[in-house]
Amino acid sequence: MKKYILFLIILTLIITGCSKTKEDVIKIGVIAELTGDVPAFGASCKNSVLMAAKEINDTGGLEVSGKKYKIQLFIEDNAARPEQSASVAQKLITQDNVVAILGPNASGGAIPASEIAESSKIPFITPISTNPKTTIDPRSGLPKKFAFRVCYLDPFQGQVLATFALNNLKAKRAAVLFDVTSEVLKGQAEYFKKSFEAQGGTIAAFETYSTGDRDFSTQFTKIKNAAPDIIFLPSYYGEVPLQIQQAKRLGITVPFLGSDAWGSHDLLKLCGPDCEGYYFCSHYASDSTAPLTVDFVNKYKKMYGVVPDDVAALTYDGFQILINAVKKSGKINPQAIRDAISNTKDYKGITGNITYTKDSGDPIKGAVIIQIKNGDFKWFSDEATSRGSAP
Amino acid sequence: MREFEGSALKINNLLYLFQQLLNILQIGSIYAMIALGYTMVYGVLLLINFAHGDLFMIGAFITFLSATYLNFGFIPSLILSMTATALLGVTIERTAYKPLRNAPKVSVIITALGVGVFLENLTLAISPYPKHVPQLIENTIYNIKGLTLSLVQIIIITFSVVLMIGLDFLVRKTKLGMAIRAISWDMQAVPLMGIPLNKIISITFAIGAGLGGAAGVFYAAAYPVIDPYMGIMVGWKAFIAAVVGGIGNIRGAMLGGYALGAIEVAVMVFLPTTYRDLISFLLLFILLIFRPYGIFGKPRNVKI
Repeated sequence: MKKYILFLIILTLIITGCSKTKEDVIKIGVIAELTGDVPAFGASCKNSVLMAAKEINDTGGLEVSGKKYKIQLFIEDNAARPEQSASVAQKLITQDNVVAILGPNASGGAIPASEIAESSKIPFITPISTNPKTTIDPRSGLPKKFAFRVCYLDPFQGQVLATFALNNLKAKRAAVLFDVTSEVLKGQAEYFKKSFEAQGGTIAAFETYSTGDRDFSTQFTKIKNAAPDIIFLPSYYGEVPLQIQQAKRLGITVPFLGSDAWGSHDLLKLCGPDCEGYYFCSHYASDSTAPLTVDFVNKYKKMYGVVPDDVAALTYDGFQILINAVKKSGKINPQAIRDAISNTKDYKGITGNITYTKDSGDPIKGAVIIQIKNGDFKWFSDEATSRGSAP
Repeated sequence: MREFEGSALKINNLLYLFQQLLNILQIGSIYAMIALGYTMVYGVLLLINFAHGDLFMIGAFITFLSATYLNFGFIPSLILSMTATALLGVTIERTAYKPLRNAPKVSVIITALGVGVFLENLTLAISPYPKHVPQLIENTIYNIKGLTLSLVQIIIITFSVVLMIGLDFLVRKTKLGMAIRAISWDMQAVPLMGIPLNKIISITFAIGAGLGGAAGVFYAAAYPVIDPYMGIMVGWKAFIAAVVGGIGNIRGAMLGGYALGAIEVAVMVFLPTTYRDLISFLLLFILLIFRPYGIFGKPRNVKI
């Protein structure tokens, strides 16, 4: 009997102990692609958010209405899969009681996770999901109330790339090879095609593949036969080297153009000299001289020994927007945080200035064109700022 | 002038056709090599070795390791990879399948699936990220009258054909091959004739797994980004190839591999890739309705 009483006392202590810490922390959920097709995105997201949270916790925590709160992160892996994204979002909300969710990064996972967050009324910020559907409710066609993104959108990216191909690269005939089973990559291909044709260009070939395919020789043989001036390749960094090497083996010599899916330094490692000289559209340039960027890149490099990629920069910005919103609202309450995020005006981030308007989770911001030069990402040009919403 | 243009177009089309034919031979060789592993194991044990696709994956990973850390070239990687996967194949047979030889068929199939999942997750636990295999074969391109031919293609196609002819010879003309065929014919009677049953079964597994490993090396050389799940879909497709050719029949597996490659390329030439697997599997159903035992397969009585 004594044992049971002792056990009960300990149990009570543990429970009260837990509930006590519960009051002093802000619980933030993070969904990252730690395994699956784009593990470099997941790793960057995790690294970046850990660094940002550490910065706050090292100063004793975040002050909200005169009280200091530590940041407690709940990091979950979605394996870059839609169904797993939905289930971990559910877990974060119902089991871990987070007040906000950061990520997933790839749209395939961000779209279902944002649905869960929206229906549970938990603020959701995705760093790099560029597909319009992440912030638009598919049933009503209206913007979701709780879903935000830090990046620009695909219609804008498609337009930037089409204009760049026509004006800077003087391409008249473009070929496109894309993953038809990936919602986001398919979207990027279609928006590029639409804009390229609208501006007077010709799409010479519009070829598809499926996620996981490794052999693209049939498609490249067709593309070669269509004789384009340029090939638009909106693929993730892991597949780009495979595709470009196979194209070169088939005797294709025209340049390739990429989307933000190229934006991981792993691309340089994997592709080597095969990608030299090519351009892609991106969210930020790590070689920028803006003080904010320089400071961030140095901090990140010191902590992890690598140059932060797009996902790292966007995650950091997303986290700061969230933290600022908590501070501004003065409450640790999902609805209040959501309202404060929505009121973000001219936030000066690493990836540019971010402003949300009342009716949308899409920021007004610009893009950059990056060139792969001497085995590194080099800033090439800034592209027009846009509302970025679907036209 | 118009006539000339017409003939130029014709040459272009012919070149295009040949170019796609080369693509068929390349991917078909890889399917055929893996299909052989399924068919040989089925031939002796009537077991569908679902872990075979994952042996192919292990072959590719061994190539990655040997090329990255030991700076091995193509041939040493091929020898190492084939040896290692052959040993692994025998180990799997001895530890996972042999104890179940008299167990119900479904138990063995579940075990085979389990071994496959085990191999995938073992690789996943060690290295979850896709790996980039260093260049194994020089990126040389030959241009023969407009036809582009790469060294990688030539090597993959030639090595596969040589290995397959070698295997065909081994099975048809040697004593070992006769023993393999004998087991395939009647497993109960073979030990009575003084043939070491277990040894022959192990050798069959070693050959099948070794060919799968070789396919992994070819694959890694042609498509140098590999991941732990790469064996699943390729494995399924090779399995289809084996069934189409007539599972248990070696020449059937080879033919099935190239046939599947041809169907896939043909579908992709005319339709979006999402139709590729749909149509390949549909053709499989149709073929099996008319020839339930595959192209070269023969009906056999199975005693259950």
